[in-house]
Amino acid sequence: MTTSTGLASRPARHSAWRGALRVTEYRLRNMWKWRNSIIAFGLGNPVLFLASVGLGVGLLVDQNSGGVDGVPYLVFLAPALLAAAAIQSGQDEVTFPTLAGFIWQKLFFAMRATSLTGAQIADGVLLAAAVRVVFTTAAYWLVLLLFGAVEWTTALPLVATSTYAGVCWAALMLAISANVTNEDGFLAFTWRLVIMPMFLFSGTFYPLSSLPLALQWIGWISPLWHATQLGRWLSYGMPLEPWQAAVSVAYLLAMGVLGLVVARRRFERRLTA
Amino acid sequence: MIRAQSLTKVYGDFAAVDSIDFHVEQGESFGILGPNGAGKSTTMRMLGATLQRTSGDLSILGRDPSRDGPTIRAHLGVVPQQDNLDTELTVSENLYTYGRYFGLPRAYLHARIDELLAFAQLEDKREAKVDALSGGMKRRLTIARGLVNEPTILLLDEPTTGLDPQARHVLWDRLFRLKEAGVTLVVTTHYMDEAEQLCDRLVVMDAGRIVAEGSPLGLIREHSSREVVEVRFGSDRNAEVAGQLDGIGERREVLPDRILVYTDAGEADLQAIVARGFMPMTSLVRRASLEDVFLRLTGRSLADE
Repeated sequence: MTTSTGLASRPARHSAWRGALRVTEYRLRNMWKWRNSIIAFGLGNPVLFLASVGLGVGLLVDQNSGGVDGVPYLVFLAPALLAAAAIQSGQDEVTFPTLAGFIWQKLFFAMRATSLTGAQIADGVLLAAAVRVVFTTAAYWLVLLLFGAVEWTTALPLVATSTYAGVCWAALMLAISANVTNEDGFLAFTWRLVIMPMFLFSGTFYPLSSLPLALQWIGWISPLWHATQLGRWLSYGMPLEPWQAAVSVAYLLAMGVLGLVVARRRFERRLTA
Repeated sequence: MIRAQSLTKVYGDFAAVDSIDFHVEQGESFGILGPNGAGKSTTMRMLGATLQRTSGDLSILGRDPSRDGPTIRAHLGVVPQQDNLDTELTVSENLYTYGRYFGLPRAYLHARIDELLAFAQLEDKREAKVDALSGGMKRRLTIARGLVNEPTILLLDEPTTGLDPQARHVLWDRLFRLKEAGVTLVVTTHYMDEAEQLCDRLVVMDAGRIVAEGSPLGLIREHSSREVVEVRFGSDRNAEVAGQLDGIGERREVLPDRILVYTDAGEADLQAIVARGFMPMTSLVRRASLEDVFLRLTGRSLADE
């Protein structure tokens, strides 16, 4: 057993980025414990979806109307499914750790007792979620490729736009989760009343314009719709004005920045209250 | 090491910590004794630079925690009241990840973890999941975790609350070794025996204020007689009997379940009580403890919660 009495024996503190990376390192280690379910979910979900909706509904649509936007239904559907997977995995990887950190195991309080700050913890959790989003999106994209739903040239634009949307959404959910004090029903609520409606009403399975105007607003505020628009534009050339693309990019960015700013402040406040 | 002046924490219009002054010197084992709700944990969190004070001055390792929080925390070890270990990780992973939060290098941590596991007597639990540990083992792991950065000051909030007597003694032994190794300890507790065992010097807190300060022995000398006679006559008779014990002992205290007679000659006074015709159901002559000091100072028992 050695002990020190001097102040200088250990590094006193680390830069903001390095602190966040320590938290990310921990989060990835924790995720590694869940690797089997993460991989099974990451690959199983797209296989099931593409087999049933993509191929089944796709056949019906292609036979009856010759696809959507002039491309086969599967090609139309692929960017939306990819973005949805990114958003859902991002949500998973910020909500559960945040509830565990503040409520279930109070791990964030242990972290905040070290030289880390609340903002570093928030950054670190989001960065780890981003790693998970990239992994999920890349795996999903590979399955899409195997099903012939995407060309290999779409790898970068599709994975990039989906990841972008997934991380921006995760930042917003990070801020919201950080405000949850009673977790009863929070996770079920967000899945049933946020993620599912988002999935169903964001022009995922048919163009948003097919919806009654009274419901189209759901798509306009949905990060999934914006990501899907960008993905369709970049993958098969769905007509999109550059300003519309710019609005989508900016909307998602605003969501991400707002989320992270609020999350950082909320983390620090809650851990020092 | 630590210097607090008029340290205050107010929640709404409730002063959890109400203008307290104290200081802790290097290598000292300092205690904060008091019942639940006295403000011990609030004080502890301010010392740990995880809670902003409302007013007053606080200096830890020569720095102000509201300005240099991360720097101060880099040199503190914190053992919170409730173990917030990561139950999904193993024992050694808990130590490793916690060390990484301090930015400590991997090679250093691998060597350090061996030392800490030996210290915490958890060597054969290295790869065990935290869930599988007993309460005492979890506590020792939390303490080991708090030592990963070789802290100058170790803050322990109610270190043995909820542990069985044997586990408490193991823990006290470990803390004693730290003290011998020169680590400055700050311990909160509502157990007087713990305070007597561990602390060189302590403050007694009640309702957010410090009501006494000194060494365990000094406090007992100052605020209590040498011995205490405890007699029980049944809850309905205690008060009545106490009224007829004038002249016996220096002072008497009636609790719901017993009468305490403060005296320097316990055996003689017990005989005097019996000689007046009062046969207690049970009786005990013991040395005065910090419990008696607390009762004297606050009019309440530490265990009154």
